[in-house]
Amino acid sequence: MIRVKKGRCKKLFWKIVRQIGKYKKAAVMAVVFTALEVAMEVLIPYATALIIDRGIEAGDLGKVYTYGGLMVAMAALSLTFGIIAGRCASTASTGLSYNLRDKMFTNIQTFAFSNIDRFSTAGLVTRMTTDVTNIQNASMMTLRIAVRSPLMFICSVIMCVLINVELSAIFLVAIVVLGVAVGVITKKTYGLFIKVFNQYDDVNASIQENISAIRVVKAFVREKFENKKYGKAVEKLYQLFVKAETTLMLVTPAMMLVMYGCMISLSWFGAKFIVAGDLTTGELTSMFTYIMSILMSLMMLSMVIVMIAMSSASAERIIEVLEEKPDMENPEKPVMEMKDGSIDFENVDFSYKKGSGDLRNIDLHIDSGETIGVIGGTGSGKSSLIGLISRLYDVSEGSLKVGGVDVREYDIDMLRNNVSVVLQNNVLFSGTILDNLRWGNENATEEECREACRLACADEFIEKMPDKYETMIERGGSNVSGGQKQRLCIARALLKNPKVIILDDSTSAVDTATDKKIKEAFASKLTGVTKIIIAQRVASVEGADRIIVMDDGTVNSFDTHENLLKNNEIYREIYEVQTKFGGDFDEPQADSDGEVN
Amino acid sequence: MGKMKKSDAPEKNIRKKGAKSEEGKNLRTFGRMLGYMISGYKLRFTMVILCIIGSSLATLYGTLFMQVLIDDYIVPLTKMEDPDFGPLGKAILILAAIYGAGVLCSFVYSRVMVYIGQGSILRLRKDTFEHMETLPIKYFDTNAHGDIMSVYTNDIDTLRMVMTQSIPQIVSSSVTIISTVISMFALDIPLTVLSLFMLVVMMYTTTKLGSRSRKYFVDQQMDLGNVNGYVEEMTEGQKVIKVFCHEEKNLEEFKKRNEQLRSSAEKANQIANVMMPVNMNIGNISYVLCAAIGGVLALGGYTDMTIGTLISFLTLNRNVTQPVGTMSQQVGSIVTAMAGAYRIFKLLGEKPEKDEGDVELVNVEIKEDGSMEETDERTKHWAWKDEKNGRLTELCGDIVMEDVDFGYTPEKTVLHDVNVYARPGQKIAFVGSTGAGKTTITNLINRFYDIDDGKILYDGIDVNKIKKADLRRSLGIVLQDTHLFTDTIMENIRYGRLDATDEECIAAAEMANADSFIHRLPDGYDTVLTGDGGNLSQGQRQLIAIARAEVADPPVLILDEATSSIDTRTEVMVQEGMDRLMSERTSFVIAHRLSTVRNSDCIMVLENGRIIERGNHEQLMEQKGRYYQLYTGGKALE
Repeated sequence: MIRVKKGRCKKLFWKIVRQIGKYKKAAVMAVVFTALEVAMEVLIPYATALIIDRGIEAGDLGKVYTYGGLMVAMAALSLTFGIIAGRCASTASTGLSYNLRDKMFTNIQTFAFSNIDRFSTAGLVTRMTTDVTNIQNASMMTLRIAVRSPLMFICSVIMCVLINVELSAIFLVAIVVLGVAVGVITKKTYGLFIKVFNQYDDVNASIQENISAIRVVKAFVREKFENKKYGKAVEKLYQLFVKAETTLMLVTPAMMLVMYGCMISLSWFGAKFIVAGDLTTGELTSMFTYIMSILMSLMMLSMVIVMIAMSSASAERIIEVLEEKPDMENPEKPVMEMKDGSIDFENVDFSYKKGSGDLRNIDLHIDSGETIGVIGGTGSGKSSLIGLISRLYDVSEGSLKVGGVDVREYDIDMLRNNVSVVLQNNVLFSGTILDNLRWGNENATEEECREACRLACADEFIEKMPDKYETMIERGGSNVSGGQKQRLCIARALLKNPKVIILDDSTSAVDTATDKKIKEAFASKLTGVTKIIIAQRVASVEGADRIIVMDDGTVNSFDTHENLLKNNEIYREIYEVQTKFGGDFDEPQADSDGEVN
Repeated sequence: MGKMKKSDAPEKNIRKKGAKSEEGKNLRTFGRMLGYMISGYKLRFTMVILCIIGSSLATLYGTLFMQVLIDDYIVPLTKMEDPDFGPLGKAILILAAIYGAGVLCSFVYSRVMVYIGQGSILRLRKDTFEHMETLPIKYFDTNAHGDIMSVYTNDIDTLRMVMTQSIPQIVSSSVTIISTVISMFALDIPLTVLSLFMLVVMMYTTTKLGSRSRKYFVDQQMDLGNVNGYVEEMTEGQKVIKVFCHEEKNLEEFKKRNEQLRSSAEKANQIANVMMPVNMNIGNISYVLCAAIGGVLALGGYTDMTIGTLISFLTLNRNVTQPVGTMSQQVGSIVTAMAGAYRIFKLLGEKPEKDEGDVELVNVEIKEDGSMEETDERTKHWAWKDEKNGRLTELCGDIVMEDVDFGYTPEKTVLHDVNVYARPGQKIAFVGSTGAGKTTITNLINRFYDIDDGKILYDGIDVNKIKKADLRRSLGIVLQDTHLFTDTIMENIRYGRLDATDEECIAAAEMANADSFIHRLPDGYDTVLTGDGGNLSQGQRQLIAIARAEVADPPVLILDEATSSIDTRTEVMVQEGMDRLMSERTSFVIAHRLSTVRNSDCIMVLENGRIIERGNHEQLMEQKGRYYQLYTGGKALE
């Protein structure tokens, strides 16, 4: 949730404006043509005055035609300028929103894991859609009105002064009065609207929560409780909204009051001036029109300010993404080659947040080609440990070497292509199976893909699908089972041809028999590759060369299965719990693939 | 991308065909919305209309005063030798009074309108939410959550703009237009006809442009959805993208979609932006035409039109342009908003959960002679009370499912002939593969869904006869997906029973083995959870959910994969608390870990919606059937 502080808006405004990029030209054009359009609009009442004074009042039809023609010409010009300005404003503001989305997405691509952890998916999506649309609408309004009103104001004042200086003085006073009034009101509503929008976020969060947790609400029969809670939040929103809007609404009567005041005094003094012969009736009508324009423009200006205030929360959210600095960057002279798959942790400490001490004193040496199991309770640091190897996160203290070189000296892409991780929360993307597999290696031939699938025991179920390798995977892989998804993810990771492969609990949804088959295939086919396997099940790691037992962020023990059984209490405990009570019923759906008879 | 374009064409045809009925639908929706807005505010709404009329008339009077000022006062004054400004002063005072009334009217209506608009929206927000809370689970399972959410974030908001801005503007514009046109007729008929013709031209172009831009706005909305979907998929998989160094390729794809959105947004807004200058300048041309023709008429002496009349007429002509433009624009935005209003009313029209039960859950005191007496205290004894005859049936937790068939849709039955007999205090377990129907069975006991055929009896009472709220209160549920609320941990635990004391909540947390990690959090039990408990691990969230169910202290428990994300070692510790919780209560347990289900009184093995094996662990192992196979896993192969 973003709370916009009052003083920040101006800064935010400029930060957003700077993103206009190549659409600057359109923005400038929009401003220039709006200015021209305004000039025409201001001149047109002058022409009407001429029609009345020189034409109609003077009884000269010829003049009516001349000035009428002039006015039509001006109207045509005003129309042309208006259309160009409108189109340019549209191009500029939609271009700005294109740039904002583009820059945000580009920046997100540079995020390190620690950056990604800071933003939620829903949050990022809102920023890239709703918030950008808000900015787009606000910028369009601003481009068209923020230029129009001050110009309109200035031109109208000039025209009035040209017509009659003394009369203009009357409403210069009025303008000052109104300006102050509008200023005060706007300033007040600005703060109120920011409050409104913050409360808005709270209300929406509460709805979101209720929709996703509806089962909990209903199971605990908390509908009334939720209604009350929500009722309170919207009531507060209502009060804030009413306060903001009633304050804003004061602008209209205030403006009318001043406008009518001007009209009345203009009627009175205008009459006197005309009688004295210092003013014509045509000029009087023109002045009425200009006063209207002046006051209108002041009101519009106040609207723009409120509009900017309203979109400032959106701006803040966008800027937050744009200014997020990636926590990790490529070294200046990156090492582009990896010797082998040996891994050395040398006194490594790691914390997600300063001082949280998620991993402490890790000192491990793994030879190239070894198979290593990692086991331990939830939160013991298994995933954190392997996350360091492909530099998903940087160590806080100590050093981590892969192939004898500190990971921070490698080119990040090269490192990640050679240290292939199958993440715990893995996803497939919409596209065919082959498309998904080729994420591992764009240039992989179909045969290479098949081979990887064979290793990951994925070929059997793929072959049974109607379109085989061309089967479309739906978003997030929702049309394959959990076990199938995991096997596809393993195959995808294998296609990188890595020197180190890491499976982070990646066979949890695969049945025990298939799990075993995969591990066997790994052992026989991937001899030179260092294999690190995190698992909850002892059965998944007992065949490994050595097993790391993690406990509360430290390595409790690192030894073979047999030795651990003899000497390590934690390992023995896990082993006993799991063997005594048998295995899991995890995803026996895989049976339908024929992997278990 | 290519695919989208293709499917685009037929859709457009449908849109064209449906245009007529679409209009009818919009009109009906608009009527409903207006009704919603006015009902409850009849008096105030009438007041608003009157004030709008008053304010518009004051403005009109002011405009017409111009003619009076020139013809009746200024022109005679210029001819007088010794000008007497007395009558003019009087007339101006009257004008001031009328203006004053106008300002007052304007002040009143804009203020009252805020209350009406915001008040209606508040009511709509509450009604929608409260109605949503009554909807069956099916609604939430069959509608995308994003779509439901968008009713609140987009649709209600657009409607707010319509209620607070468009409607008052339309009312005031139409009053201005009507009164101005009437005054124009009074001044000169031929010129009025000319002006009206120009107004029609203006309205026609505005509507045409409006409908054209709306078409592009629809495209824009679609492209926005497209970008939305892509961003969602990619940010969800952002970590995978990093691991596979796929950033560049992603960016390329994103740029394509982004560009498409930019282009449709640009087109839509270009047309919308052109509307204002077009309107204004048609107005200008109308002015010139009237001036020229009026000039000919006045000067040529063809009619009795005076110069003052012509000037007034021209002013009126000017004044009518702006409200016509405003009106056609506002009508456009109302049409756009109606799609949203339609969605809101559709949600409001969804049928709520049916509940025709009349049996209530009450606390009872069991007397020495075995008879029961209803009490308000929490006695740990419950009974079912039939509202009709007041008869009490002790709640023992005897749950029987007889020949139950069920399908989420009529076409596909997912449970066939399910028979379950849970005797009081028994622990019943369901095992089986994903999609076998385990969770479905629990969904039926608490009536998240209703069975198609068969019977579910709770202590001998048909569950359909029990009030839903009371039925659910008697069942403590820990669900597969843990959902927590934005509040402190303490309040989240208290969610189970709102009158639980802090001590009771902490005791529950201790029992669930959650106390130790909660203490390690910076604010302990006062730590505020945000975004569905996003700052906790899945396992920690499950522990809190278990504590929440414990605080509820229900007679019957349903645990659906309640410990699935808790590691084996912690589970052993939680298990003790769970066993205590389950002792002497009927409980239904779904789990894939054998350790969780092993000590059950009866284990049901489900496959494809049927119970294929049942019995306790030893019996099932002896049968050497599916359970045995599942249990021994890979070992069976060797």
